[in-house]
Amino acid sequence: MVSDGLPAAEVNHLSCRFGSSEALDDVSLTVPAGGVFGLIGVNGAGKSTLLRHMIGEYRPRRGTVRVLGRDPIDDRVEVLSRVGYVGDRDDLPRWATAGELMDFHGAVRRGRPASGTVGWDRDLAESTLADFDLHRRMKVSAMSRGQRARLAMLLAVSHRPELLILDEPDSGLDPIARDDLLAAVIRSASDDGRTVLFSGHLLSELSRVCDRVAMLHGGRVVAETTTEELDRRFREVVVKSDAGDPPKDRYPGAWGWRRDGDEWSAIVDVEAVSDETATTTIGLTRWFEAHARSTSDV
Amino acid sequence: MRIHLSDDGVPVFRQIGDAIRQRIGAGTLSAGDAVPPIRQLAETLRVNPNTVARAYRELQRDGLLENRRTRGTFVTDAATRAPATQRKRELTPAIDSLLTHARALGVDDDTLDELIRQRRRKLPDESEGNDGK
Repeated sequence: MVSDGLPAAEVNHLSCRFGSSEALDDVSLTVPAGGVFGLIGVNGAGKSTLLRHMIGEYRPRRGTVRVLGRDPIDDRVEVLSRVGYVGDRDDLPRWATAGELMDFHGAVRRGRPASGTVGWDRDLAESTLADFDLHRRMKVSAMSRGQRARLAMLLAVSHRPELLILDEPDSGLDPIARDDLLAAVIRSASDDGRTVLFSGHLLSELSRVCDRVAMLHGGRVVAETTTEELDRRFREVVVKSDAGDPPKDRYPGAWGWRRDGDEWSAIVDVEAVSDETATTTIGLTRWFEAHARSTSDV
Repeated sequence: MRIHLSDDGVPVFRQIGDAIRQRIGAGTLSAGDAVPPIRQLAETLRVNPNTVARAYRELQRDGLLENRRTRGTFVTDAATRAPATQRKRELTPAIDSLLTHARALGVDDDTLDELIRQRRRKLPDESEGNDGK
């Protein structure tokens, strides 16, 4: 059922501008099938624009987008039947009840034997409803932000999509709602070969659930790594120095210099520069910040 | 299994591994006990299943856990009587951190030894069990 060796999504040289501002600038990115892929970046980095290209909401002006091997514009029905999407717009119809939306999605998302999709899984939908402490008769207009986010997630995962795309699903949510959504992400990704692609900026949470992350900055992909590589390759070094410039001569290969009082710290790649003193592992937050700094240096 | 994870830079797979080592060390997990299935623990802790798999893999490599085909992952007999060298090796990071801390505070070695002795007296002796009775 899951696509045969194809990446879950593939973007090549995609550019997009709105008016005079460049939203995406020659973006190339491959999301391998299986696992959780995180798209990180500050607001306005181009994350939502990129994800909306993947669900066929935007037509590429330059470059190509393939999702599960298909063109999300030409094969929209096929792609959407195999993909789940939660956007960042909180736009469920306010007049509907949870049950009505579930029935609607259940009717639209029928299985497509030709492409091997299973269609709406009623049992999964009902058990997720109970897990999320929602009821069929609740009206969207009477729900809290967190309840609407949970319902949007339920509607996006209950046809067991091969690719689940989440655009900052957890922004503005309380910790309990975020936790519920993370559990749903992990449940979706645990099914063999299924892929979750999700954007956000809560880096400590992302680093726990993602296998791989790509960083968008100013409409470009500036870095990509895996959580495993992050643990293995990068360490932080700290140097005492009053100088106004980073003491780059002490660690020639180091990057992402940051000043804190009379201390400078930087990241070293221990595979490139062997250094016994560099033992502090870095988290995704430090990696992100270092790239953001070295990008704005250029 | 509830494991408290922190964001202080220690990789999550290591934190999971350490928590299980600790449970084995403290006797909460004994030889033959099952550890939770990977997916289940991943969901409880809200971490990537591969991270849990990696923690289990390292514990298997160190001989603390074993896979019994289709039935799950279990604590080995050897785990509870880990070789002395291995036990010592596992304590080293904690000791190093204690020593650095003590030196930074200007506590000399004799005082530190005395402090350790004092603390030990306060902790219930594990071999006797039911201390509270």
